Amino acid sequence: MTPATEPQRQLVNLALVRAHIVASAVAFAVVLLGGLIFALQFMQQYPFPGIPLLSPGRVRMVHTNMAAYGFIVNAFIAGMLWAIPRLTKRPILSDRLGWIIFWAWQAIVALTFLGILGGYAQAIEWGETPMFVDPLVLVGLVLLVGNLAHPIFKTRERGLYVTLWYFLAAFAWTGLVYFMGNYVPQFWVAGAPGAAIAGLFIHDLVGLFVTPVGWGLMYFFVPLLLKKPIWSHALSLIGFWGIAFFYPMQGVHHFLWSPIPMYAQYGAVVATIAIEVVVVTVIVNFFGTLYGRADAMRANLPIRWFYVGMLNYALTCLQCAIQVTLTVQKVIHFTDWVVGHAHLVMFGVFGFWIMGVMVELWPQVTGREWYSTRLLTAHFWLTTIGMTSMFVVLVAGGLVQGYLWGSLAHWGDSVVYSVPFWWVRTLTGLLIIIGAGLFFYNMWATARQPAPAYVPGAAAARA
Amino acid sequence: MERLGAAFLIAGVVTFLLGFALQGALPMITYRKLPLKTVAEIAQEVPREFRQLAEDYPQEFQAAFGEVNSASFAQALARGRSIYIAEGCWHCHSQYVRPVSSEDLRFGPVSTAAEYSNELNLPPLFGTRRVGPDLIRQAGKHSNDWHIAHFYEPRDIAPYSVMPAYRWFFDDRGRPNRDGLAITAYVQWLGSWVEQIPETIYNADALTGAGR
Repeated sequence: MTPATEPQRQLVNLALVRAHIVASAVAFAVVLLGGLIFALQFMQQYPFPGIPLLSPGRVRMVHTNMAAYGFIVNAFIAGMLWAIPRLTKRPILSDRLGWIIFWAWQAIVALTFLGILGGYAQAIEWGETPMFVDPLVLVGLVLLVGNLAHPIFKTRERGLYVTLWYFLAAFAWTGLVYFMGNYVPQFWVAGAPGAAIAGLFIHDLVGLFVTPVGWGLMYFFVPLLLKKPIWSHALSLIGFWGIAFFYPMQGVHHFLWSPIPMYAQYGAVVATIAIEVVVVTVIVNFFGTLYGRADAMRANLPIRWFYVGMLNYALTCLQCAIQVTLTVQKVIHFTDWVVGHAHLVMFGVFGFWIMGVMVELWPQVTGREWYSTRLLTAHFWLTTIGMTSMFVVLVAGGLVQGYLWGSLAHWGDSVVYSVPFWWVRTLTGLLIIIGAGLFFYNMWATARQPAPAYVPGAAAARA
Repeated sequence: MERLGAAFLIAGVVTFLLGFALQGALPMITYRKLPLKTVAEIAQEVPREFRQLAEDYPQEFQAAFGEVNSASFAQALARGRSIYIAEGCWHCHSQYVRPVSSEDLRFGPVSTAAEYSNELNLPPLFGTRRVGPDLIRQAGKHSNDWHIAHFYEPRDIAPYSVMPAYRWFFDDRGRPNRDGLAITAYVQWLGSWVEQIPETIYNADALTGAGR
């Protein structure tokens, strides 16, 4: 499709962005419900005992996989569909291909959901997508990259903005990582080296897909909303190449003190601590950008989501540099500490950024102002309080479990003493769920408001 | 630095390959001499626990696996492992003993790479979380009866347990079906290749005097 045959074609396909946001929100609702139901098992309050399709072990995998492939991927596609045409001044390759990818991806998510509940999960953490789904994911990723990379390679803009470096790198990484994690340990490499690759997959999916796209979106939205350029171009270069260099060489830190060769474990530890240093440059860069505009934290909700997410990012990276040492691993590995870390990274950082992107984009793709700002604020505070307290209680519970195990207490003690922590964890999750419920209602109420006399571009001009 | 190809090829492909080489390929090279055992090779020696399943549940065993031999044991192991994966057992039970945190006292000998070089570790089931205990030294620690009762209702064995009850491993009369027999055979195989340490000796109760 050339612009000549479609003179009316918009730069950004708003309907496609909106569809991906809705799909992301639906998947997010499934993630929240799955997490809540699974959490009830830990207090022996499981609502569906004896039903194989809703067995807690399967619901747990639905929780994590819907978060990765339903919630995060859809929201990131929406963000990239919005950002890339604006940065390159060119539309995506094909709107029709965009819709094909949209429906194909929802089919992948639905098949993953049903396949896991049906007992066809694959034993790769975060790659539990059934094996019959894996080829579809790879085809979907190739199509997606073709559609989104086209404007970047065709643009006549001189000099590529940092957002697009991150997106391009993620385009190369994601398919490679997915193929490696879902096929190499499944068919070719068994045992300890296979576990090294499975660890690399867990890590790379966060580091080489979620992180670069997430930061790419931040480099796009933050200067736009603050109406000022990023603080330091040099620091953004250092951050990008530091992440690109150190992130892919840390996979084994998921299996420290395991039969994987110790040199690989030492290497992973060193690379992990190195990247936390690099990450500080990115954080400094963004807070340098905020300097002088701190009032935006109060007045601008997307900015608030973004920067609280960045504070969580700084916290999780600091935690990571500490917990990755072999000494700390003795106590905290296998405990709820790790679960707390995972939630802070995936939801406290990237989930928060996605919330910010949704708060920013939903009025623009529906052509209506938010139904209620108070509900938006309540959503922010419930989520922030819920997430922060969930992190604290999981980390604390993890320490209790780790020390009880090391002390050779009866195994049952580590369960019994964890139950109060698990109750609090469930309540903190409920706070997040209530907040999200308000948000979903707000989205719905916004979309069904009568259409205003919409002036294209007016919404984008808002502060 | 700002060229398209740099971001895509160097940042994307080259760093990925470098990481894969250091964290994936090097461990593979280190362990290249470990032979990869097939399920049939593993199942050569049929353990006592598997024979006992056939004795205790003759009808169910006959219907599920036929005679007790290496072939039926291999079948049961493969089936048991696929159930272990489908139910996500490996998300709450790890399968490696670390040389730290007194784990060798609690579970048994520290894990070595050779133990995992077989088809039943394709993909490996190391696990990342322990809500329940590690299982790689489970073989023979408990009787078949213990495991079967525990799968039926974990809280009958351990009142504090938060493990789900797996009633779909049983038929209407409460006797283990094909899946129940297979998962029991699989769990009883885990660690059967190292010296057995009976529960009563290693149990932390005996060490600390703390009972529950």
